[in-house]
Amino acid sequence: MERNKIDVEAFVYSKRHILTTGAVLLLLAVPYSGFSQYIIRIMIMVGLYIILALGLNVLTGYTGLVSLGHAGFFAIGAYTAAILMLKLNMNFLLAAVISMTAAGIAGLLIGLPTLRLTGTYLSIVTLGFGEIVRMAAMNFESVTNGTLGLRNIPRPVFFGYQLTLANGGLYYLMLALLAAVTLACLAIKNSKLGRALRAIKTNELAASMMGIYTPGCKLAAFVISAVITGLAGAYYSSLVSYIDPNSFTFDISILILSIVILGGMGTVRGMYLGALILIVFPEIARPLMEWRFVVYGVVLIVMMRFKPQGVLGWRSSIPYRIPDEKNA
Amino acid sequence: MLFQQALNGLALGMAYSLIALGYSLVFGILRLVNFSHGAVYAFGAHIVIFLVGFNFGLAPAILFGVVLTGLLGILIDKLALSPLRKKRSPAISSLITTIGISYIIQNLLMMGFGSEKKPFPELFGNKLLSVAGAQVGTMQLVMLAVSILLLLSLTILVRFTKLGLAMRAVEQSEAVSGLMGINTNFIIGVTFFLSGAFAAIASVLISGCYQIVYPTMGFMVGLKAFTAAVLGGIGSFHGAIAGGLAIGITEALAATWFGSAYRDSVAFIILILVLLVRPAGLFGKKGIEKV
Repeated sequence: MERNKIDVEAFVYSKRHILTTGAVLLLLAVPYSGFSQYIIRIMIMVGLYIILALGLNVLTGYTGLVSLGHAGFFAIGAYTAAILMLKLNMNFLLAAVISMTAAGIAGLLIGLPTLRLTGTYLSIVTLGFGEIVRMAAMNFESVTNGTLGLRNIPRPVFFGYQLTLANGGLYYLMLALLAAVTLACLAIKNSKLGRALRAIKTNELAASMMGIYTPGCKLAAFVISAVITGLAGAYYSSLVSYIDPNSFTFDISILILSIVILGGMGTVRGMYLGALILIVFPEIARPLMEWRFVVYGVVLIVMMRFKPQGVLGWRSSIPYRIPDEKNA
Repeated sequence: MLFQQALNGLALGMAYSLIALGYSLVFGILRLVNFSHGAVYAFGAHIVIFLVGFNFGLAPAILFGVVLTGLLGILIDKLALSPLRKKRSPAISSLITTIGISYIIQNLLMMGFGSEKKPFPELFGNKLLSVAGAQVGTMQLVMLAVSILLLLSLTILVRFTKLGLAMRAVEQSEAVSGLMGINTNFIIGVTFFLSGAFAAIASVLISGCYQIVYPTMGFMVGLKAFTAAVLGGIGSFHGAIAGGLAIGITEALAATWFGSAYRDSVAFIILILVLLVRPAGLFGKKGIEKV
């Protein structure tokens, strides 16, 4: 069994260029293969949640800090983009960049005071942060329109060409963002920072003994995670064109965390599988719709009990490529 | 007006103390923040409503509900947490497990009872008494009296009985107290039972006061009680009580000064401040690695 798995991994690794090209081509062809808009919408949601999971993964998977407030960064990204596009008629890309900055600053602000916390304490402070963001969205009526939410958020326009669900533009935008975030996460994972983060996850004291400046690295993880989540928020507000405080509840934070844990903390491949399972499952099992939140809870418990490393989270058999001294 | 709000806060704060004690009891023994405590609290209120529906009287229904909630606490430990202890899983696993449990309980409650707000039976009527110019409801007096009684009996249990001695021993070192012939699994079970039962009593008191019950009611209250436990120094007995009172009173005062929209944010702000300034809390022992 174990032998078998290693062989599969080695096979996939040796054929990775062909497999990636094939997968990308398949994904690119989706809007032209006659799927209904419903299916495409689900695929977009899967992509969105992969991005969200990749964002949380930087913090929880790489660094080992469990955040329960990522709905807060998501909301900051979504609200910033929506307000900029609605009130200032700003272009989507510019609005997305500003949302990412806003979420990043929020990440810095929540990351700074939590540097001395770990474990549950950190989780509860992030949870509090998520709830405070939601309360702020509810109560700052002049900016966020309170519980009524923001309506008619414009779709992204590129060179006078509006991206919608029907012309597949939103789908391709999702693919582009997903590709960018995935590549960024892989790059981070194999960088000096990524190695430092994983060292911190394994043993913070030992990491600092090896000369890693742990507060800076943890802060960087917070900011990167928040920036990715903010980008997902900007895309989300433009996708659904209506947001209100209830789009960003604790349930969203838990869903993202479930994806990360189901797929395999610290892996990129795991986020794809986790999001695919947890987003597609409730759509297939419509009669079980009301059970889905129970299922998320069961997923968390069962995974922790039997396979805490996640479905796709095995120890890689492929030797780690040690980078050159120069660009290490 | 100020005195009135302080009195309201005092009664609510006593109930928070009961819930905060649940966090502290479990934390003291397992060094684990039981995230599912808020959901257990909500379960307590729902099961009492359910039992009241059978019409065998209010008092037996409440008693039975409290016992059942205590048993739920034991069940949580035996099913989900104790296997993790045996495997010596990292702390993050137990944390995520308790989040999962709270999620399951909360959503099962939603499916079983509906997510809408339900009325809770009136316990003692709500006559208003006048104390030094402030209005006090009978329910608030009951809340105060019951909480004080429970806190006293728990103190006696822990301080002066053999069971309490065993609990304190397990708190100091599970391994050594096992060697001394203490059945540590039993003690941990008792702790979870007490923690659940206290949460159920608090939920009966608070629901009896506001007369509203809904499945997500434990989320906010659980967080506030957690804040209370941290403020007082988690694991500390008197800390939980002091913390609960402080949170209850600040919340009531903040609601008067800043408007009720912000009353729920107060607890979070206190929590963040405490963790920044004095993570050990007011009465916490230093040296326990908790942050």
